[in-house]
Amino acid sequence: MNLMSNGARPIEILLVEDSIDEAELTMETLREGRVSNKVHWAQDGEEALDFLRRQGRHGGAPRPDLILLDLHLPRKGGHEVLAEIKSHPQWKRIPVVIMTASTDEKDILAAYDRHANCYVTKPIELDKFMEAVRSIEDFWLSIVHLPAA
Amino acid sequence: MPEARDTAIDILLVEDSPDDADLMIEALKESQLALRVTLVEDGEQALAYLYRQGAYLEAPRPNLILLDLHLPRKNGHEVLAEIKEDAALRRIPVVILTASENEQAILQAYDLHANCCVCKPADQEQFALVVRKIEQFWLRFARRP
Repeated sequence: MNLMSNGARPIEILLVEDSIDEAELTMETLREGRVSNKVHWAQDGEEALDFLRRQGRHGGAPRPDLILLDLHLPRKGGHEVLAEIKSHPQWKRIPVVIMTASTDEKDILAAYDRHANCYVTKPIELDKFMEAVRSIEDFWLSIVHLPAA
Repeated sequence: MPEARDTAIDILLVEDSPDDADLMIEALKESQLALRVTLVEDGEQALAYLYRQGAYLEAPRPNLILLDLHLPRKNGHEVLAEIKEDAALRRIPVVILTASENEQAILQAYDLHANCCVCKPADQEQFALVVRKIEQFWLRFARRP
């Protein structure tokens, strides 16, 4: 059941994740979801910003409706990427869900202080990991009214 | 039970419609977690509660705020802007609830750093389901400060 009306087009998700295994598992879990979505994968913080700026190989990138952002990333860390997104006049309205292994209270506070939209920890066990991804899908893609532009 | 009180999750519900507020409180009562829901009916009261002014000197810091956009005295956007500009309050997750799918109002809320926006379905059962989904996600899966 889809309770909101984001229209017929698939929801564009930008996944920023350096672990190939976790990225594949996240994408696979989202693909199995009920809500039509398209996941774009950036492997580090610089690539995430290239995607948003439509630079380099991301020239034709769509504006994401939702960003799933890991904190521990090569080249540019998740906190820095988050701060850039949330201080940019056009990008700041895009919801950013922090998805990280870190349960450190300092990371949680820093993320919310930088206007992360929410913070979800990635459990190590496979089943729990998929459950966490499904909880994001179940809420952010089904219940939340995402910004239209 | 004093122990339950100490670990209870505080939710501030800012809603001027008594019907909507009743429905939401009832839906939240089904939670398996110990919740303490405080209802305030306008924007001025919400800020007095958060700043612990007047009748709210002893008010706890809420763990989650459910904020309607259409409020008397001070509207939801103004309340949201104040919360998200305050260094101590900004980290409290704010879920915006709005009756209409007014895209402009929703965009403005995201620009003011609402944590998420949810439309209230007209159907009561669907509305209760939406409230339970908010409870499930924010209180069970999301990590809050």
